[in-house]
Amino acid sequence: MPGVEETPGGARRISQAVRMEGIVKRFPGVLANAGIDFSLDFGEAHGLLGENGAGKTVLMSILYGLYQPDGGRIFVRGTPTRIGSPAVAIRLGIGMVHQHFMLVPRLTVAENIAVGWEPTRGPLFDRRAMVRRIEVLVKQYGLEVDPTARVEELAVGEQQRVEILKALYRGAEVLILDEPTAVLAEQETEALFAAVRVLKEQGKAVVFITHKLDEALAVCDRITVLRKGKNVGTLPARQATPARLAELMVGREVVFQVRPEPVESEGHPLLAVEGLVVTDDRGVQAVRGVSLVVHDHEILGIAGVQGNGQKELVEAICGLRQPQAGHVSVGERDLTGASPRKLARAGLVHIPEDRQQRGLILPFTVAENAVLGQECDPRFAIGPWAQARRNIARYAQELVERFSIAAPSVRTPVQALSGGNQQRLILARELGRGPRVVVAVQPTRGLDVAGMEFVWNQLLAMRRQGCAVLLVSMDLDEVMMLADRVAVMYKGAVVGVWRREEATKHDLGLAMLGGKGAVA
Amino acid sequence: MRWLREAGPVVGAIALALGVGAAVCAVAGYSVPAVYRELVRGAFGGRYQLFQTLTQATPILFTSLSFVIAFRCGLFNIGAEGQLYVGAFAAAWAGFTLELPPVLHTVVCLLFGAVAGGLWGLVPGWLRARRGANEFVTTMMLSYVAIYLTSWLVSPRGPYHGTQWANQTVRILRSAELPRFMAGAQLSWGIAVGAMVAVLVWYFIFRTPRGYQIRAVGQNPQAAEYGGIDVSGSMILALTLAGALAGLGGAAEILGTHRRFIEFFSPGYGWDGIAGGLIARAHPIAAILAAILMGALRAGGMAIDRAGVAPADLAAVIQGIVILFVVAPELIRWLRRVRLPRSDHVRAER
Repeated sequence: MPGVEETPGGARRISQAVRMEGIVKRFPGVLANAGIDFSLDFGEAHGLLGENGAGKTVLMSILYGLYQPDGGRIFVRGTPTRIGSPAVAIRLGIGMVHQHFMLVPRLTVAENIAVGWEPTRGPLFDRRAMVRRIEVLVKQYGLEVDPTARVEELAVGEQQRVEILKALYRGAEVLILDEPTAVLAEQETEALFAAVRVLKEQGKAVVFITHKLDEALAVCDRITVLRKGKNVGTLPARQATPARLAELMVGREVVFQVRPEPVESEGHPLLAVEGLVVTDDRGVQAVRGVSLVVHDHEILGIAGVQGNGQKELVEAICGLRQPQAGHVSVGERDLTGASPRKLARAGLVHIPEDRQQRGLILPFTVAENAVLGQECDPRFAIGPWAQARRNIARYAQELVERFSIAAPSVRTPVQALSGGNQQRLILARELGRGPRVVVAVQPTRGLDVAGMEFVWNQLLAMRRQGCAVLLVSMDLDEVMMLADRVAVMYKGAVVGVWRREEATKHDLGLAMLGGKGAVA
Repeated sequence: MRWLREAGPVVGAIALALGVGAAVCAVAGYSVPAVYRELVRGAFGGRYQLFQTLTQATPILFTSLSFVIAFRCGLFNIGAEGQLYVGAFAAAWAGFTLELPPVLHTVVCLLFGAVAGGLWGLVPGWLRARRGANEFVTTMMLSYVAIYLTSWLVSPRGPYHGTQWANQTVRILRSAELPRFMAGAQLSWGIAVGAMVAVLVWYFIFRTPRGYQIRAVGQNPQAAEYGGIDVSGSMILALTLAGALAGLGGAAEILGTHRRFIEFFSPGYGWDGIAGGLIARAHPIAAILAAILMGALRAGGMAIDRAGVAPADLAAVIQGIVILFVVAPELIRWLRRVRLPRSDHVRAER
């Protein structure tokens, strides 16, 4: 029996936490898992690597009881097991931290962790015992967080620690982390890696779902690569190289870097922001007088830790939030506070950060989404009383082909597409309008290598054609690679602007955390 | 065949509900075969019975469509009952006041009903879009305003108290009537108007840019805003049209069935529209079938009472069970969608 070691005394020590054999999972029209073998030992961090749609999250959702497999077997500590629901998984000591946190913002850290498993004294809720138990966990795993703080006051990285603590509090021996770094800034990622190492040392088994090669290599002992629902290789991290992993992931050589070719700007300011002041949903000033200019043939990157006003800045530029003061102009025209439709007519398009909530209407078809924002254009509508459905379908088909969107047909609902293809559709729709100004926010977040490369090349193509591109991203490498100039935002203000040649990761990182910046 | 997949569970739920209804019947001590025989016979047993079913179905079709169009925009129009009443009164007023040639007079009266109902939808639409007032509450409250306002208008102290023996207006002119199909049955051309309107509503929702915008707002208001769609305007339009459809239903009821406005004439057609719209899964064409089902339950219920096999209350119970079974899953799904937009991480992955 694999995973069970016979010791001389005859006692069996089980080192294998989980074994999954031949897991098959079908969704309508999609074979998400096509017979996957996967194993996980105690004391190891196992990287689960693959492109979007490779089946990573589905496989782990099966282990966590969210889905029932259509085929295959699962062994937990060597025993064949049916995991009918997450409640069963939790009882078996399996915990999962989702990409989207499931916390109650108004409650404290301790309350969030203990919810449903509260210690009691008689009929009463024993608040002190709860906090004590959590403090012990915090210390044991080095997951720094104040148990009495309210979750809404915490940074994203801290909230993630709360999720991990929640799983540990419920007795998790197996921890599944679904794309844990997708929401984190650089420094927070380091802290997460440290936590994973401690968990490992304490004998926990950790699954680390990611599509970033360097992350898998940095924390994992073994790495399993999935491609199109199949396990294409499990290898010790020591024997893996980025190139080898990438090849396994996409089945071909990939270019990791794109190089912006030198392009001469003619110096026309296409997007100008002047003294913009914007408040957030709570009425607190999130943007405190930002001024920016983006010229033709130029990409201006905005770097910064999430939550320093980038979201509000973008929303104010793109007509989704009324600024308190300041001006936004596109070309020569002052379009402060204009509607998204007016802005689009003036040539400004927006690749939003939240694809599924902002960028797409998931139950709508590909064709319907392809004309969102242009549904009244004479091309797509005959007056207000009829849609030009043939034109819409033809246009959508054209976009699908031009931007290589993998969709069964233009009549497929967008929610059936993978995340990468959803993003391609948004890009196709917005860039297909022939814009002069492109505002792109986190355009590669959550995408696989091929998807990222695609997005980068599209943005560079817009730059080559003379567009002004405002690129907001938490990924410093991305900003430094693509942008001609980089502006750093900190606490609602631009604390510095660097030319690409002069920018160093060190300086930018310092500025992002509130240090002094140089102004170019 | 997408519609088959959608219709399957609905038909199953109706069958199940009739089964539970039978159990209730038996427990209450009534003969199950007798009750169901009368129910079916009363609804479909002959031409007269069929006409009775369709007569009942006519106003429910309009109020179902009213619910559907608001629901497509993510709004709950609970006030179809009141919109029906103002539409009915406006049509009756135009029917006995204006003097016009036959067909034209009918059309003008229908328009009066639609406009009056539309105003009754416009107000909550405007309040929702500009002030954020929950349309659930405002449409419902305005409903009572409409019901009692029209009641006052035809009361002895009101200006349109037309006859001494009842609170109703005078009869509308012959030129304003919607003709009936058969002497002795109340079924009028209102049902044909309803079917035509259902097709128009389908066309509007699924084939026009405005309908697209309304659906976009209903499915994802954030994305609609991002796409530059006038979210407030779409909401106002959807609720105004919802009111107009219910008002049209009230007008058809007066012009075809009652021929005058009578206070409290509706036995709850507006409320039936909510169930009808949900049974139809917010599809305008399916609303025709849903309205017929609701109409059949009403006609059959009356027959059970008339035949004396069980009191009308029991018929109402069976109706209620059917509605509950068919509508509950849809309502639960809707509530889930509103409350828990989770599992998108899974969606993104596959």
